[in-house]
Amino acid sequence: MNSPASSLSLRRAWQRWGAGRPWIGSCIAAVLAWVLTIVGAHGQGSGDLLVAALTFSAFTVLVSLGQMLVISVGPGNADLSIPSAIALSGAVAMLVMNGSNAMIVPGVLAALAVGLAVGLFNFALIRLLSIPPIIATLAGSLVVMSIAISVGRGLKIKPPPMFSDLMTLRLAGVPLLALLALAVTLGIALLLKRSRLGRAVEAVGQNERAAGLAGLKVQRTRLWAYVISAGLAGLTGALISGFAGGNSLDQGQEYLLLTIAVVVIGGTAVSGGAPSVPGIWGAAMFMFLLVAMLNAAGAGPGLRMLLTGLIIIGVIIAASSPARR
Amino acid sequence: MIPKFGPRTLTVLHTLLPVLALSLLLAAVFWRQPRAMSYFGLNLLLNLAVPLMFATLAQMMILAVSDLDLSIGSFVSLVACIGAVLLPQQPALAVAALAAAVAGYALAGAVIEARRLPSIVVTLGLSFVWLGCAVLLLPTPGGLAPDWLVDAMAWTAPLMPLPIWLALLTAALGYWLITRSAFGTLVRGLGANPAAVARAGWSLVRLRAGVYAIAGVFGVIAGLLLVGQTTSADSNIASRYTLVSIAAAILGGAKFVGGRVSAPGAVVGALTMTLAASFLAFLDIAPDWQVGMQGLILIVVLGLRAAIDQLERR
Repeated sequence: MNSPASSLSLRRAWQRWGAGRPWIGSCIAAVLAWVLTIVGAHGQGSGDLLVAALTFSAFTVLVSLGQMLVISVGPGNADLSIPSAIALSGAVAMLVMNGSNAMIVPGVLAALAVGLAVGLFNFALIRLLSIPPIIATLAGSLVVMSIAISVGRGLKIKPPPMFSDLMTLRLAGVPLLALLALAVTLGIALLLKRSRLGRAVEAVGQNERAAGLAGLKVQRTRLWAYVISAGLAGLTGALISGFAGGNSLDQGQEYLLLTIAVVVIGGTAVSGGAPSVPGIWGAAMFMFLLVAMLNAAGAGPGLRMLLTGLIIIGVIIAASSPARR
Repeated sequence: MIPKFGPRTLTVLHTLLPVLALSLLLAAVFWRQPRAMSYFGLNLLLNLAVPLMFATLAQMMILAVSDLDLSIGSFVSLVACIGAVLLPQQPALAVAALAAAVAGYALAGAVIEARRLPSIVVTLGLSFVWLGCAVLLLPTPGGLAPDWLVDAMAWTAPLMPLPIWLALLTAALGYWLITRSAFGTLVRGLGANPAAVARAGWSLVRLRAGVYAIAGVFGVIAGLLLVGQTTSADSNIASRYTLVSIAAAILGGAKFVGGRVSAPGAVVGALTMTLAASFLAFLDIAPDWQVGMQGLILIVVLGLRAAIDQLERR
């Protein structure tokens, strides 16, 4: 039954089905990486691996959702200020909480406020000074990082015990952090599909001029994308500090490149206008499990990074089609 | 009261802006520390900018074709590691490794064009590849650059310090390559209107591969000069260069789309970013604010440029 014609039509049907589901590739890749890791470990610790993957992916998902909104508002939009927002908000959260259980909520809110402020600052630079977004968030992040350094250097405040416990708490085996990230994911998905703002994000990303002529508020849409992105980074900064037992200035460093990789591997269009929410989970899990898989295969840090890079490029090539101009 | 400028004055202002920022920074340094105004002082002050100049030129090549390179920092790091580990003992192998790395860059360019991939993601993946190779080559900081390279970087040039000679030479070379030469015109054409270049009969895949290869060569120069200065390397030695080179190129007048770049601007931008980080030391301000200062100068210059554009439109 494997005649060329039937395999071709199968392939076509698969392509047609996959065309409206840009996230499917990243999810398959994540499952594949999980299975390969378990096979590599002879079936040992598959559950523990999943819990670890869910916990660490929760941080990645939270910040990547914001990055996805920003990338989706049009070509040339990207938020490079995520690492410094995470660094500053982590420091502020620890300062406000000061190790006391009673101050957990104010601390988290303060971290969130720091993020929102960074987002407003970014947008003000983009709008008032008409600087390209990538450069504006880069320049802004340098300033924010300096503030984070002067606020957070030498800071050795442990998070309140209850906050640390919450970060590692599991409900029915599932990490609380993952549930929180899932709730935010659903919120963002609803926002994109059901709210006026969400529809505007897609419309502005697809064609800014047409969206403006149709009466959508282009700049306000952009503003929200940047504010939500930085706000989520601020929240994540507090969570990471709680999880890691204190803040550090480079706790957000890896998220600069990781969020962009996750958003794009997850199927979101780099040219804007087509966010892919489920892909964020698939790609975030994939990026974690990929490292786990290479670890299990006995690859050292150098080889692991080399292969990670090659696989990122391979995934993006596999997801593309040859040029038609 | 807005002063009235002719359009030509505005264009001149536009190009002079980064030069003006650099002059102001230098003036501030000289005001606080007159001894910096010597051969030795200038050498010390501008030395750090030398590798960054070439990294910025590499970034400028990529910007010229409306792409963005997120891998230049780790590429320069890898070159520095090759320079500190392979070059002293096995020069032939080192040259082969460097050639292979440049070929990797060219291949990335070809793939980006052939499959219409976003350069951001491909170079992002590439940055992990370079970093992985660098870690494999040099797991812990160390190595020793060959003597000839170290001696070359410590050379006492006649009349002016070596960094100034190199800056002038680089600006002239880059200007010829990207603005004057036929190849440069093609490159900028690819950035502005690829369809037109394709219709004129050029192979876009080969062209983009060539641009990436040249960026790789500039990256190799940057890495070798860097390791000549520091004498030893580590796998993250130049990771800052990725973002700083983008900032410096934009500061020097490059645009993200449309193939509008300037090599002299990129050189001035690299010098400005370096001085922005170091001049705080002369003002007795805590080093915490060094990176912030780079950000602020970027914001001020680009803000002023936007203001000039506003005047132009009036």
